[in-house]
Amino acid sequence: MKHYSFFPGCSQLSSAREYGVSAVEVAEALELHLEPLKDWNCCGASSAHMTNHFLSVSLPGRDLALAKEKDRDLVVICASCYNNLRSAQNQILTDSTLAGRVKHIVGKDIRFEGKIVTLLDLIMEEVGLEELRRRVKQPLEGLKPVSYYGCLMSRPRGMMDNDDPDNPTFMDDLLSTIGAEVKPWSYKADCCGGSLSLTRTDIVVTLVNRLFRAAEEAGANCIVTACPMCLANLEMRQGEGKFAFPQEYDLPVFFFTELLGLALGLEKAEEWFSRHLIDPRPLLARSGLSRSIE
Amino acid sequence: MISKLDPGLEREIEDRSGQKARLCYQCGKCSTGCLFNFAMDILPHKAIKLVQYGQKERLLASETIWLCAACETCTARCPNDIDVARVIDSLREIALEEGIKTADKNIPLFHKCFIGNIQATGRISEPILMGSYKTLSGDLFSDIGLAVEMLRKGKIKLIPSVVKSHRELRRIFKETKK
Repeated sequence: MKHYSFFPGCSQLSSAREYGVSAVEVAEALELHLEPLKDWNCCGASSAHMTNHFLSVSLPGRDLALAKEKDRDLVVICASCYNNLRSAQNQILTDSTLAGRVKHIVGKDIRFEGKIVTLLDLIMEEVGLEELRRRVKQPLEGLKPVSYYGCLMSRPRGMMDNDDPDNPTFMDDLLSTIGAEVKPWSYKADCCGGSLSLTRTDIVVTLVNRLFRAAEEAGANCIVTACPMCLANLEMRQGEGKFAFPQEYDLPVFFFTELLGLALGLEKAEEWFSRHLIDPRPLLARSGLSRSIE
Repeated sequence: MISKLDPGLEREIEDRSGQKARLCYQCGKCSTGCLFNFAMDILPHKAIKLVQYGQKERLLASETIWLCAACETCTARCPNDIDVARVIDSLREIALEEGIKTADKNIPLFHKCFIGNIQATGRISEPILMGSYKTLSGDLFSDIGLAVEMLRKGKIKLIPSVVKSHRELRRIFKETKK
C-alpha cells in the first residue's frame, strides 16, 4: 500500500459526494491509500483568482502548508482544486517575494515541494494499464462513453506534464482498458460553462446542450468526467428550468472513478449511482452491469 | 468607441499578472477557440489589443471580462505564451478595486457570495452559497425545480462542513482584503 495526502474539495462533501467516496475506495482497491489533509480549506475555486490574486494564492497556500507537514505527494480529484493548488504551488516556488508574503499570512511553511497529481495521473503512473486490466472483474461491455476531462484538469496554466491539453487521452485509455467501447469526439476538453451556472444559466445551457448533441452524434450512451463542476452542469443544465426540471437527453454522466469501481467489482458501487440526477441505473441494467432492476 | 488613453495599463497588467500583452500579434487563436465568444462584447484577441492601446475604461466596462469562465483554452493555445485568462483575471481585479460600474451585476455578486461563504465557514456549502446569491440577486425562483431534485437525490448537504482553525482563516481574509 502506498500512502498519499488527499485534498477532497468542497463539492465532494455534498453535490458530488459519490465522486469523493468512489475515488477513495477505488484508490484503496488499487493499493493507493488517500489520507485527507486535516482541516483543509476551500482552494478559492474560480471566484478567488477572478477577483483577488493574493487571496487566490493564500487560500491554497494554507492547504499546501498542511501538505508540507505530512510530506507526502498530494492527490486531488477536482479539476478546479487541482488547477488552483498547482498554480499556487508554482507561484510560491518561483516567486520568492510572493511566497514571503503568503508565508507571513498563513503563519506556516508553505513551500510544499511534493508532487500534486490527479487521481487519473496517479493510476496511470503507479498502477498502469496492464495491471489495471489484470484486476478487472467485470468488463464494462455495453458502455459506449465519450471522455469529458474537464478543462482545468487537462490544461493547468503552462504546467501540463503528461497529457495533451487539447486532445488528452488518459481517460480514453483507462476506460478502454476496463472494457468500455470509448467513442472518439472532439469536445473532450471543451468548457461546460463552469461557474457561470447560476449567473448566466443561458450560456451554460447552450454549451451543455452542444455537448450532449455531440456525444449522441458520436454514438455514445454515456459521458464520463473527472470534474465535479462538469458533472453538475451536465446533469443540471439541459434546460433553464424554474418549477420543472427539464431533461431532454437521457445520457447518464459518470465520474470515471464510479466506472472503475464497477469494473473492479467493488460492492459499494451500486450506492453511488442512486445519487445522479440523470439516473444511470437503467443503462447499467440494460448492459448487464447492475443488479438493480430498471 | 475610443476611450481615454491610459498609457500605464499594459504595465499595470504586467505587474499584476506577469503577462506581456505587447507580445500579441493578433493571430486570433484565443478568440476562435473561446467557448464564450458568442456572448462576448469584446473578443479576447481584441481585449489584448485594447490592453496594448491603453483602453482601460472600455475594457473595465466590458461584459467580456465577466463572461470569461477561465477555462484557459486561450492560454493553452497562445503561440506567444500569453496567459490570456490571467490577463482577464487582472482586468476583473482592477475593475473591482476601482469600483467601476460593471457591465454585469450578477457575476461579481456571485463571486462576492462565494468568497463570503469561504470566509464564514472555510469551505463552500451549497445552501449558504445558493441562499445568499439567490437572495441578493433577487433571482429567487429560477432554480426551484432543480433545488427540489437535488434535495431528493441527497445532493445538498444541509449542515455546512466547517474549518476549525477560524483564526488562521480570519487572518488570511484580513491580510488579503483590498
